[in-house]
Amino acid sequence: MAKATFQIFRGDSAGGQLKEYSTEVGEGMVVLDCIHQIQAESAPDLAVRWNCKAGKCGSCSAEVNGRPKLMCMTRMADMPPDQPIVVEPLKAFPRLRDLVTDVSWNYSVKKKIGRFKPRKPDVADGTWRMQQDDIDRVQEFRKCIECFLCQDVCHVLRDHNKHEEFSGPRFLVYTAALEMHPLDTDDRIDSIKDEQGIGYCNITKCCTTVCPEGITITDNAIIPLKERVADRHYDPLMWILRKVGIADGEPSK
Amino acid sequence: MQFRTVAAVLPDGARSESEYSDTLLVHGNCAEFLMSETTTHEHDVLVIGAGGAGLRAAIEAAASGLRVGLICKSLLGKAHTVMAEGGVAAAMAHVDDRDSWRVHFADTMRGGQYLNNPRMAELHAREAPDRVRELESWGALFDRTPDGKILQRNFGGHRYPRLAHVGDRTGLEMIRTLQDHGIHQGIEVFMETTVVELLKHGDRVSGCVAYDRDRGRLHVFRAAAVVLATGGIGRAFRITSNSWEYTGDGQSLAYHAGADLLDMEFVQFHPTGMVWPPSVRGLLVTEGVRGEGGVLRNSEGKRFMFDDIPDNYKAQTADNEEEGWRYCQGDKDARRPPELLTRDHVARCIMREVKAGRGSPHGGVYLDIAWIKERVPNGQEHIKRKLPSMYHQFKELAGIDITQSAMEIGPTTHYIMGGVRVDAETQMSSVPGLFACGECAAGLHGANRLGGNSLSDLLVFGKRAGEFGAAYAKANGVPPLDSAAVQAAEKRILEPFERADSGESPYAIQKELQDFMQDLVGIVRRQDEIEAAVTKILALKKRAANVGVDGHREYNPGWHTALDLQHLLTVSEAIARAAALRQESRGGHFREDYPEKSKHWGSVNLTVRRGEDGNMVVQEQAVVAPNDDHKAIIAEMG
Repeated sequence: MAKATFQIFRGDSAGGQLKEYSTEVGEGMVVLDCIHQIQAESAPDLAVRWNCKAGKCGSCSAEVNGRPKLMCMTRMADMPPDQPIVVEPLKAFPRLRDLVTDVSWNYSVKKKIGRFKPRKPDVADGTWRMQQDDIDRVQEFRKCIECFLCQDVCHVLRDHNKHEEFSGPRFLVYTAALEMHPLDTDDRIDSIKDEQGIGYCNITKCCTTVCPEGITITDNAIIPLKERVADRHYDPLMWILRKVGIADGEPSK
Repeated sequence: MQFRTVAAVLPDGARSESEYSDTLLVHGNCAEFLMSETTTHEHDVLVIGAGGAGLRAAIEAAASGLRVGLICKSLLGKAHTVMAEGGVAAAMAHVDDRDSWRVHFADTMRGGQYLNNPRMAELHAREAPDRVRELESWGALFDRTPDGKILQRNFGGHRYPRLAHVGDRTGLEMIRTLQDHGIHQGIEVFMETTVVELLKHGDRVSGCVAYDRDRGRLHVFRAAAVVLATGGIGRAFRITSNSWEYTGDGQSLAYHAGADLLDMEFVQFHPTGMVWPPSVRGLLVTEGVRGEGGVLRNSEGKRFMFDDIPDNYKAQTADNEEEGWRYCQGDKDARRPPELLTRDHVARCIMREVKAGRGSPHGGVYLDIAWIKERVPNGQEHIKRKLPSMYHQFKELAGIDITQSAMEIGPTTHYIMGGVRVDAETQMSSVPGLFACGECAAGLHGANRLGGNSLSDLLVFGKRAGEFGAAYAKANGVPPLDSAAVQAAEKRILEPFERADSGESPYAIQKELQDFMQDLVGIVRRQDEIEAAVTKILALKKRAANVGVDGHREYNPGWHTALDLQHLLTVSEAIARAAALRQESRGGHFREDYPEKSKHWGSVNLTVRRGEDGNMVVQEQAVVAPNDDHKAIIAEMG
């Protein structure tokens, strides 16, 4: 057993500061274990959001030594020794208390995205037929546990606060899963450009780097959506054809 | 939809019937509490719990055009359903056309050792396929068969491949599908809100009192019908695969409102949970490891499962290691290795080794898959390919490479078969207007649940609870509010703050409870130990009434723990008292002092209710008799 020193943000929406705690670290412990131990030993009112403690629910997101992480999957053995471990709340969302932020904005963004609209069933009994090959890429997107680490690391939200204009990587992945769903019939291209503000993304791939599910957010979800938007709105040949009335402006999905 | 409740601080005269603020006087020194605001909400159907069952119930109730509220203890989409891996059982017969609802019914009854409610088992088996197909129409993407249908896999106790699945993350797919569909149904969602008490009007339920985590404000919910969908009780034990939310809220709320509980002695301990490091103690290790040839060994290196093979399984179990290995390689003539006996039996054998001093350093035994490298070419890659999530789980969390060394595992509290007693058709409890579905309800699984039957349970009976809850609400309307009861509940909720200096820490009581429940009412039970546990629970109840909490009301985990204690203590007492009475061994309930099944106990369920004097009463009740059709199926296939 060795003692580890933590600097944990204590405070609320009005402000706060890092406060120092130390606790014994046993074999195999993760950062969330240390937070719980500190809670039980010396800070019973230390606020932290968590649920499954198995990397499956995406609740315990925080910034550990400045990096967005699930605290339940961040092992103490991987932390640099002899240095205090700094644990802070996500920066892209309003602080509630200590390590807990108000992530409700994400839920309101999702609600505005056009819902799944399936084509008519393929078979008289009301069911569909799909090949595994055709759903593999959507299944990758659907691994998302909504931890919002990708939202937190995205400079458009984190540094520029474009929450009104940009839905963030999580919801581009969500929209990609709908757009690429073999059964879906809705067309979200215009809203991806206008409401979701996909143009703000300049593909720095930070979101892909922090995704605990290993979803290739930028390459597999965002770039294909950007291409669809570009095909419709920025293709110069199509623009001319539309201008002169040879083509109508609504390419089918 | 409203995602975060906003304290309604309305000027006088601006109060509406449905939403008003109430000034609450609390006898305390802290000025912060003197002017607490309580917000009142009104719905036709109020669903408590937003895992698979609660979401499905809310969607169904909203489809009838009623006002529906959905209370989640966590953020939306984080409930325990996300943890489910294997799949959802539904006799769609996509992989084996011999499957049908009748076979599924027979499998479920056999697995539950015939203490199940046969009508629930029938409805479940009949309706599960439609509920799964419905998810596909809402966007779920299950793995596919070569001809493009939903793929189904084998699982313990299911005669044919029956589990629709998405790799090993089926629960996530289901809850996300229900969530993404549900947010467009006009349901009012209250995230991170915890219910502390149900309210009644006469015999009927009339709503509940709750608090929100982020600000610690109190809320009164008025409703014509209340659906409980709060999940399980795993946090009553030290070692569990369940998340922090699983504190038995629904069972306890129903009990205190006067409803009957059923089958509370039947808790499922999964044989293989991680035991080390502490951070992941209890985390599930899938049955698939043993299916791929993983073996259980004690500290002496012995495969102890060969030592105790029950007589009724001898004919179908391998008696030597070689045959067991051939079975895992798909040899249809070989019998299954004893590691793949039923969950309850394997768990008990592990406990026996640990108690005999042949356990691993951290109180488990060894599960070894690395050994198969002797048998298969390129074994290391083979293991990684067959068990990707297990490889990842041990590598990330334990720093153990399962292709090189054995895993340390032990039984973990996984599921409760018992819960609120409900009507098979409507899911209504013995309290009018109060419904329950999913893990917090009882009846479908009897003495033991089959893997895959919980995800189908929550879809089938979630839908039914929503449907019949809505019908009840339409017929009966929202009853008046008992303001005296509201005030008493509010006072009780805030009391721990008044004892900030004098009261005991809630964490200490919770830990003590978990420790002795694990040791005395766990996987192997004995009369004297169970009775000792009951005595300890009663003592803890007194201490829990005096816990103190320091600090503020915003997101204060100490306060939340203090309030969860009531639920944990209530369900623990119900489990212990029922376990003390059932003097036989069956399914999840194993009595060292009564190791056999008995005819008498096979004919009764145990109900738990609050007696007139306020004390807990446990009574025998004859099992629900199967009808002629059920009997015919059981005679043919059971």
